[in-house]
Amino acid sequence: MAAHAGPLAATDARSVRRRLAGDTRVRIAIVVLTLLALSAAFASQISPYDPKEHLGITTLNGKPPSLAHPFGTDPFSRDVFSRLIHGTRVSLVIAFGAVALATTLGTVLGAIAGYVGGVVDSVIMRVVDAALAIPPLLLLIVVIALWGSIGIVPLALLIGNVQWFGTSRLVRAETVALRDTDFVVAARALGVPGPVILWRHVLPNAVGPAIVGAALAVGNIILLEAGLSYLGIGVPQPTPSWGNIIQDGSERVSDLWWLTLFPGLAILVTVFACNALGDALREALDPRQLQASPLEDTLHHSA
Amino acid sequence: MRRYLAARLFQAVGVVVFVTTFSFVLIHLAPGDPVAGALRGPNVSETVREQWRATYGLDRPLPEQYARWLLSTARGELGYSFSLHRPVRDVFLDALPNTLLLSGTALLLSFGLGMAVGVLQAERPRGARDRWMGRTLLVFFSVPDFWFALVILILFAYRLPWFPAGGLKDSFGYDYLPPLAKVRDRLWHLALPVFTLTVLTAANAARQQRAALIAVLPSDWMRTALAKGLSWRAAVRKHAFRNALLPTITLLGISVPQFAAGSIFVEKVFTWPGVGLLTVNAIGARDYPLVTSGVLVASIIVVCAALVADIAVAIADPRIRLS
Amino acid sequence: MTAPLLELDNLHTSFYTDAGVARSVDGVSFSIGHGETLGVVGESGCGKSVTALSILRLVRPPGRIEAGSAIRFEGKDLLTLGEKEMQGVRGNRIAMVFQEPMTALNPVFTVGDQIAEVARIHAGMSKREAAAKAVEMLRLVGIPAPEQRADEYPHQLSGGMRQRVVIAMALVMNPALVIADEPTTALDVTIQAQILELLADLTKRLGTSILLITHDLGVVAENCSRVIVMYAGEVVEEASTVDLFASAHHPYTEGLLGAMPRVGGSAERLATIPGTVPPPTAWPSGCRFRERCQYAWERCESEHPPLYQIGGGHTSRCHLAAEPERRAHPHLPIASQKGVSAA
Repeated sequence: MAAHAGPLAATDARSVRRRLAGDTRVRIAIVVLTLLALSAAFASQISPYDPKEHLGITTLNGKPPSLAHPFGTDPFSRDVFSRLIHGTRVSLVIAFGAVALATTLGTVLGAIAGYVGGVVDSVIMRVVDAALAIPPLLLLIVVIALWGSIGIVPLALLIGNVQWFGTSRLVRAETVALRDTDFVVAARALGVPGPVILWRHVLPNAVGPAIVGAALAVGNIILLEAGLSYLGIGVPQPTPSWGNIIQDGSERVSDLWWLTLFPGLAILVTVFACNALGDALREALDPRQLQASPLEDTLHHSA
Repeated sequence: MRRYLAARLFQAVGVVVFVTTFSFVLIHLAPGDPVAGALRGPNVSETVREQWRATYGLDRPLPEQYARWLLSTARGELGYSFSLHRPVRDVFLDALPNTLLLSGTALLLSFGLGMAVGVLQAERPRGARDRWMGRTLLVFFSVPDFWFALVILILFAYRLPWFPAGGLKDSFGYDYLPPLAKVRDRLWHLALPVFTLTVLTAANAARQQRAALIAVLPSDWMRTALAKGLSWRAAVRKHAFRNALLPTITLLGISVPQFAAGSIFVEKVFTWPGVGLLTVNAIGARDYPLVTSGVLVASIIVVCAALVADIAVAIADPRIRLS
Repeated sequence: MTAPLLELDNLHTSFYTDAGVARSVDGVSFSIGHGETLGVVGESGCGKSVTALSILRLVRPPGRIEAGSAIRFEGKDLLTLGEKEMQGVRGNRIAMVFQEPMTALNPVFTVGDQIAEVARIHAGMSKREAAAKAVEMLRLVGIPAPEQRADEYPHQLSGGMRQRVVIAMALVMNPALVIADEPTTALDVTIQAQILELLADLTKRLGTSILLITHDLGVVAENCSRVIVMYAGEVVEEASTVDLFASAHHPYTEGLLGAMPRVGGSAERLATIPGTVPPPTAWPSGCRFRERCQYAWERCESEHPPLYQIGGGHTSRCHLAAEPERRAHPHLPIASQKGVSAA
């Protein structure tokens, strides 16, 4: 089938860009993430109230949505809309901080494991295997339960530390595939030191899987942080996060439904955008997916 | 095949040892010790605490403690839960069947559902059906587990009081019900948690199934199947499905940790008295033996599930089975 | 003169890719008679395989068979059939033997099941009847202990055995035409001859026509009565095998023959054709072979050559048929000049 192997195999940057540009999911993701970034940046300007202020502990506690409080108030008489907007900042800071850490760790360790091979590879990958067997949520529960509640920065670091395993596998696979290619062998024969080969030749090629991994990890991390905060061991009060707003309402979920609904939708939309972006990237980088179509489409006459 | 299974088993044991060691290290790195936690309060004198430490061997060198702990853990002695005033092992033995019932049912249903949806999508990748199904799945894939459970709870237990808001069975009249009504009551209580967990898990299963199918569709043997005169649909459902089953099972085995997280939240929201609810409640009670044992038990379940998945693949794949 | 079994009329198959429209098969016409073995030769990328897949309508998107093409088989135009009717043709009246026996068989089904499947689809046989048929077919293609082999999986068989299985699968329904796409390329040289012999023997016995696609003129010489030479999506020469080997007309065919090792031939270096087949998204204007041709002149650039009649059913898509005196003045082809300047 050499006749069409050539043009279809094209994964050059230009066609990847073209495929991404034509993808609705990418546009949705860009719009959503831009809006989120803006509300995180201008949280204080957008929110009508101070997110930590008790507006009236006896008069304004647990009020349903109204004009003054579009998303209602929580049992401590704080404005939910303001908390949600400020929660964006917290969630995004944690998500992107953790993902930066996870992607760096995963890429570096994956590349080292794949490139060096041997014992180093075995040790790193066995640790990854073991770590992948432990649900990250459980791991975080233990750590946080034992150490007590922690701040936002340690939380981001901790989450980043339990999210790099998947990326390291992807990058390792790519590195192993590249290790024996002509240009890497040639570079080695010319005496180029290992770290330089890794940095100049191997890593640029492993960027694709790392980016896909990162996009999907952002969604995962937001879910993880929300889950921990919902359990009351994530972002500590009174700092607002999407998860702990829901927790504020969890004792009376049905009465205080607005405390569940709005932050939940915010999480859903954000994670959806990240995952949609990750899916679109993955498909754009792997055009093989496009080849799998039924036969009925191949005739011009028989529609 | 035998060698493969032996290697896989060895690996699983290694992971369990790693997890237990890791738990031990974590517990001992943590500030404070169990005795200080259990015997809080100013009325307990330091001598009493010392006595307790000696009784539980907490004054011995760390390696010895580790060896003892490993031994007792292997024997299933997981410590004493001071929030429930019972041995941790007994607490878990009570909770485990409930978790297995909920998770097992949800796993079976979601795999069935997910695989069916994945096949329907892969029959015409990027077609209209694939697109809308894909977007719907992505919503369920992106939804926070606990939030989805809360929404289901609010809608179908509170707003429309069709189902009980939680628990395993009717807390008052269950014992007086006739046998058939007992079954009905159990199913009625099972419905919402199972539905929630099934939908959440099926989204993942369907995505895996679709990806696995699409990866094998361009294979030469698919072309052979079509050249034989099979319809595209039959070729997908028979030839591609059987081949895609193997990676799907592997991937599902790998995604068990995610499933475990989901089931913890579902148990918590629907107050389903399983391992997940126990563990989560233990966090609030600062019941460390219970928390760490919960994680240990959950990790072992996860490792076993992955092992089962790999064994299933080994049996289903003639290339491994006959090697 | 009776109607041919299969007649391709102006077949166009294109692939709509990111890099442009690849006109992989660009106006191909030929026919095969009952019981005839027709060879199709050419380098890879010249459209042979796509032609084969087009006959069975197995071209997958982004490939399309263009309007205006016709594939007449047993009195019907296959391109007008519904997908359902086409399924009744595939594996039943026209069967295919693929190049790679390693990957053409499904790894998770036994070979017996895979052969039986054909009988189940087309003859409506029961499971048991089909299983017996599979064993019978395995015996027919010379596989020892067929009862046991039927229960084995492809990975348990050698390459040659697997190709026998593929042939067995193709012959279950006693089809009128077998399309064999490079059936021996992936096999050891010693096995190659056995497989071709088996195919020739069986089809002769059953009266089956064969469309034998290959890049190996030796295979053609031994098996085919007539040959089509394809280049850049077109038929460039058609002749009886005897004529082709005795007096090839098209310079491309000459090149292919020159590249063929011959028993008892001189030890001089094998002549190869300079350059490669151009990409199907951008066929050259005029004659598509001109850049690699040692005779090419201005006319070849300005005028797309038609299929000239050379006589006795021999045709050639080369302007040398109109200006034969040009053959006396070969020169270095553009492609090899490029190669020289680049070096």
